[in-house]
Order: sequence, then structure tokens, then C-alpha cells
Amino acid sequence: MSKFQFEVLTPERIVLQTEVESVSLPTQDGQLGILANHAPIVAGLEIGVVRYGEKSGQKKKIAIGGGFMEMYNNKLTVMADVAELGSEIDVLRAQSAKERAERRLAEKEAEWDFSRARIALQKALTRLEAAKED
Amino acid sequence: MAQSVRDIKRRIQSVENTQQITKAMEMIAAAKLRKVQEQVLKGRPYLDRLSTSLSRILSRAAKDGSELPAIAAKKEGDRRCLIVITSDRGLAGGYNANIIREADNYLSDNPDTQLILIGRKARDYYRRTNHSFLAEYVGIGERVGFRQAQEIGETVQDFYLHDLFDRVDILYTRFVNSAVHRITLSQILPLEESQEEANGLEAVFFYEPSIQSVLQAMVPLYIDTVLFQAMVEASASEQGARMMAMKNATDNAGELIRELNLSYNKARQASITTEIAEIVGGAEALKS
Repeated sequence: MSKFQFEVLTPERIVLQTEVESVSLPTQDGQLGILANHAPIVAGLEIGVVRYGEKSGQKKKIAIGGGFMEMYNNKLTVMADVAELGSEIDVLRAQSAKERAERRLAEKEAEWDFSRARIALQKALTRLEAAKED
Repeated sequence: MAQSVRDIKRRIQSVENTQQITKAMEMIAAAKLRKVQEQVLKGRPYLDRLSTSLSRILSRAAKDGSELPAIAAKKEGDRRCLIVITSDRGLAGGYNANIIREADNYLSDNPDTQLILIGRKARDYYRRTNHSFLAEYVGIGERVGFRQAQEIGETVQDFYLHDLFDRVDILYTRFVNSAVHRITLSQILPLEESQEEANGLEAVFFYEPSIQSVLQAMVPLYIDTVLFQAMVEASASEQGARMMAMKNATDNAGELIRELNLSYNKARQASITTEIAEIVGGAEALKS
């Protein structure tokens, strides 16, 4: 299967630069799969897990916190606010962030805190999902 | 005379102590600069890429005549907001004074500007001069995290969308190299359409699910990144300015020590000469 360039960038660092066969992304419209020679496309991304395969049968994961992706000329660029490779995620920290967010949601304080806690929970769940081996 | 010899010696000692401190501060600033500089250089290409994508989608939207989300839309009116970035700590030469002078110039040109202050120095200054400000962020530290920029970005967007002002400018010090830092004023909101001719690429892309929702994701990221990059640049400039200031202080101390040593030797020689003259005089007196 033909390959294409794939990179994941955040303002703080280059998270990943590699060649892949396929990528699946959490867009605002649901999961979107990209293969080589895809038409030029730009899409907004949600908090979620990006899955990519460097060779068939193998899948790796990255947790991202939203942003957008751009596919052009066989090069897929994901520009996210935060991104963590599945292998570098601190599971214990994500777990405790998840519990903290759940506690806050249960307390139901101000509305502003509520939406914040919901985002925090979503991010923690995403990181746990990305860290999981499957 | 003898008393002045001891005085000079004490002064030399004290200047040497100061020199040791300034020398240490210079080296600390140099080490920190190296780290932040790396961050500056890493951040620039990201911001460039982001601006390119953003101006491409904006010119496409303009061509299609599509409606823009509020955060990306043009806004009439001239109520301004100025974000000023200074450091938390002093001893950085003219670094903070320069940026505050520039901010004051801006305020005298646009008296009704609302201020958002980053860094203790700006906060303290405008508190002292009884100037009101919308928000303050102190204690961010030398190592700026994107999370911190996001927090400020969220607040700015919130104010903007609640129509507190029509335009946001940012005043910060751009890092050129360790000796050269340029005070830079740039506009964040409303978004400016790029001046460069669209190269036809904007027509090529599909925007999924729509231009509006892509902008909804892209614009906040862009604003946060502009803020983040400005804060990182400012942090690097601060370390550079501190390094230069401390280097000058160390050099001046060295100069001072040289001069003091000279007068110390002169004074010592003078006292020895007097002593010998006295002894010789005494011996002469005994002889006769």
C-alpha cells in the first residue's frame, strides 16, 4: 500500500513526523480515514484519539486536544493545541485527572466550572484510551 | 593616610563581592536563554504554518461570500484593547522600561484603550499610576507553557465576543539575538486578511464539515498560538537583556577594581615613604 507523510505539531514541539499508510482522525463530523492520494482537505478536530498505521496491521495512537488537520499533496499535517503519543502518556496522572473531573461534575457548582470539568474529563478519557494497548 | 588604605581595601572587597554576584547572574541568564531560545525557534514555524492556513481559508470565505463565525468576522469601531508583556523580575537593563514607555505612547494616542497586563512589572507600574486594567497575569515564569497562553487567550476571546472592545493589539519584545530585541506591536483581532495574493491554493481544498466550523476550531488555536509565541519571545528577550545588563555590570566592576587597586597601591606607597622618612629623621636626631 502506498505511503504518505504524516506529521503532528503543537506550538511547543513536533510530536511526530513519519510515513504512514493510513490515519484515522476525530473530526467535528466524526471519524475520518485518510489514505494516500486523498483529495486536499481541511477539517476541524475534536478532542480524541488519532490512530495511524505505519505498516498494515499495526496501529499506533495519539491523544489530541483539538485543532485541525490539513491534507495536501500527500502530506497530512495535524496542528493541535496538545498532543501526546500513546507510549508517553502517564496513565496514573490521566486516571487521577479523570477522577478529579468526575468529582467536580458530581458536585455541580457554577455552570462555567461544569463545562470546564467536562472538557477535562473528555481529555482524561482520551488519554487513557490512547494509552491502552489493543 | 593609613586609615584610607584600609578604607580602599574594604571597598575593593565589596566591589569584588558584587562582581561575583553579577557574574553568576549573567551565567544563569545565559543558561536560561539557551533553553528559551530553542523554544522560540521551534514555535515560529508552527505559527507561520497556522497563519498560512488561516489566511487561505479566510480568502476562500471572502471569495465565496460565506458568513463567518463571530470570532473571525470583521468588526467596526475603534474601542481598543492592548496586551502588554513585561517580565516578573527586574535587573534586566532597560527591558521593562522600554516596553512600558511604548505602552504609554500607545495609551496617549488611544486614551480609551483597555489594558491586559502580563508580568509583574507592567502590573505594578499601572497600579502605581492608577491606571485601570481589565486583567493581569503575574508569576508565569521563564518557561512559558501553552496552557498558560490558552488561559489568557480564552479570556481575551470572551471579552471580545462580549463586545468589550473591537480590536486587540499586543505589545511585546521580539527576540532577534541575545543583544538585539525589537519592541513589536501587532494586531491580533479582528483577523486581518493577508495582503499577499492568494496563490490559487484556497480553491483546491475541501473544508469539512464547513468553512465555519473549521474556523471555529482554527481561530482560537491561532489566537492562543500568537499569544504563546509572543510570551516565549518576550521571555527570551528578557533573559538576553538580563545577560547583557549583568555582563556590563561585571565589566564595570572590573574597571572599578582596577582603579581602586591603583589608588590602593599609591596610598600604601605614600604611607611607606612617610614611615621611612620618619625613621630616617629619628635616626638623624639621635646621631647628633
